[in-house]
Amino acid sequence: MIGRTLKELGAALAARQVSSTELTQLHLDRIARLNPEINAFVTVDAEKSLAQAKAADARIAAGDAGPLTGIPIAQKDIFCAEGWRTTCGSKMLGNFVSPYDATVIAKFEAAGAVNLGKTNMDEFAMGSSNETSHFGPVKNPWDRSRVPGGSSGGSAAAVASLMAPAATGTDTGGSIRQPAALCNLTGLKPTYGVVSRWGMIAFASSLDQAGPMARTAEDCALMLNAMAGFDDRDSTSLERETEDYCREMAANAGEKPLAGLKIGLPKEFFGEGCDAGVMARVQEAIAEYRKLGAETVEVSLPNMQHGVAAYYVIAPAEASSNLSRYDGVRYGYRAPDYADLDDMYCKTRAQGFGAEVKRRILIGTYVLSHGYYDAYYLQAQRIRRLIANDFVEAFRRCDVIMGPTSPCTAFGLGEKAADPVQMYLSDIYTIAVNLAGLPGMSIPCGFAAGLPVGLQLIGDYFAEARLLNVAHRYQQATGWHLQTPSE
Amino acid sequence: MSLTLEQVRRVAHLARLEINDAEAQTTLGHLNGIFALIEAMQAVDTRGVEPMAHAQDVAQRLREDRVGEDDRRAAYQAVAPETEAGLYLVPKVIE
Repeated sequence: MIGRTLKELGAALAARQVSSTELTQLHLDRIARLNPEINAFVTVDAEKSLAQAKAADARIAAGDAGPLTGIPIAQKDIFCAEGWRTTCGSKMLGNFVSPYDATVIAKFEAAGAVNLGKTNMDEFAMGSSNETSHFGPVKNPWDRSRVPGGSSGGSAAAVASLMAPAATGTDTGGSIRQPAALCNLTGLKPTYGVVSRWGMIAFASSLDQAGPMARTAEDCALMLNAMAGFDDRDSTSLERETEDYCREMAANAGEKPLAGLKIGLPKEFFGEGCDAGVMARVQEAIAEYRKLGAETVEVSLPNMQHGVAAYYVIAPAEASSNLSRYDGVRYGYRAPDYADLDDMYCKTRAQGFGAEVKRRILIGTYVLSHGYYDAYYLQAQRIRRLIANDFVEAFRRCDVIMGPTSPCTAFGLGEKAADPVQMYLSDIYTIAVNLAGLPGMSIPCGFAAGLPVGLQLIGDYFAEARLLNVAHRYQQATGWHLQTPSE
Repeated sequence: MSLTLEQVRRVAHLARLEINDAEAQTTLGHLNGIFALIEAMQAVDTRGVEPMAHAQDVAQRLREDRVGEDDRRAAYQAVAPETEAGLYLVPKVIE
């Protein structure tokens, strides 16, 4: 049962080949064996997971099962889950046991999925390597001397090492897609507003979006069916008709399943700055898409080059505001010794936050401060508009945009940790998608020097079902996504 | 543009982050590297471009003025560092 897709596990549970309790125990055993080395999970609670599994088995026995009922799924430790320690990778929340469920957690519970545990992540989702976690770095299962990517690095490593059949992630500048690329997974960041952010610990509220990380596009679609939907507790949640994200995959489309599909290739994705091995795999994937019937057309995103700069103004600005809530008063860490209230705030925050989080709070505070707001914050927001407009133009000429997810394969632990700017450039191809609020995916498309390479797929607003189908047709024709690392 | 040590200290104070001299010095180097990256943005001509604060162009919803949530004060205060009689305790600010 280890290494099967969600779809296969659902069928096995329905056919009574395995119970949810057995399936959950199998994965817990694997976690017990592999996690001390990989460090993908920060919290595992076998008792809680098995209680959910037992309830799922009762639902299955009663004929009340959905596609995810009884399936163990790991949850990024950014989602509040009632009764579970929820740390967001930070010392600040090291002792925080959530008194409530995030909407995403509640939706998985309603679907009957089992919470398999909380996965490691960059502190407050700020990082591209999982090295900023207070709970230590995560090792990439493909090469344990390398990073899994970030910020959803624990989720990626958990699924890649088959400790979990699937996991949730969140993506503010690439935090689902980049680790998916570096760990040979399929990951989807939905259109901003499709998945509720309620109970998902905020980093940059106008960019943050939750999504699935799994081994196939089909599994991502099953998870998105459970995760998506309007939530009146999130003021940015969009009121839309419920969709079945699997719908386009069901059709039997013959040998040219993507006939008529126009793939836009932005010249900015294919210039300098990308590792040659990564670029070769991406080009081969695009050639495969042509075989499946798709046409390619060159498009341009002329303002994308300013995306990283605009992002490192907007995201820290929003973060500095969001993280002001950690003051040692209502929840989380409080410094043990202080002189007065102000000193309590200053010491609590200095001791509770790690170096990268502090850096971003300082950048954000600076760009929002008197005299700098127009030059930085408003300028960044204007560039954000130009980037979003570039995508509008591009989608007049194509249905989906493709390119690399990450400019390089998994880098060595410690290799970029000392230089924030080098780390920030890891997200050069993913950030523009968050700024525009579009859906984006990463799917496995081969290996360079033995390390996974991800192909990025970007869709127009609300084009998740199409993106998932475009990914699915490639996965039916290729086997890269089924490759797993040796133990 | 280059920040000064004094600016780093001032911003750290605004953000309520205690910072010692050694940290301020390291932070200054990192922030100047990051701002060198950000500065490139100033070359872009954005005259007449409306700032984009949000990915979706939608208005905030209004809701009925009625009670929608249960009172869970005890559960929420159970995770606080210090409470008494339903109140959050902080160091004395008024003598």
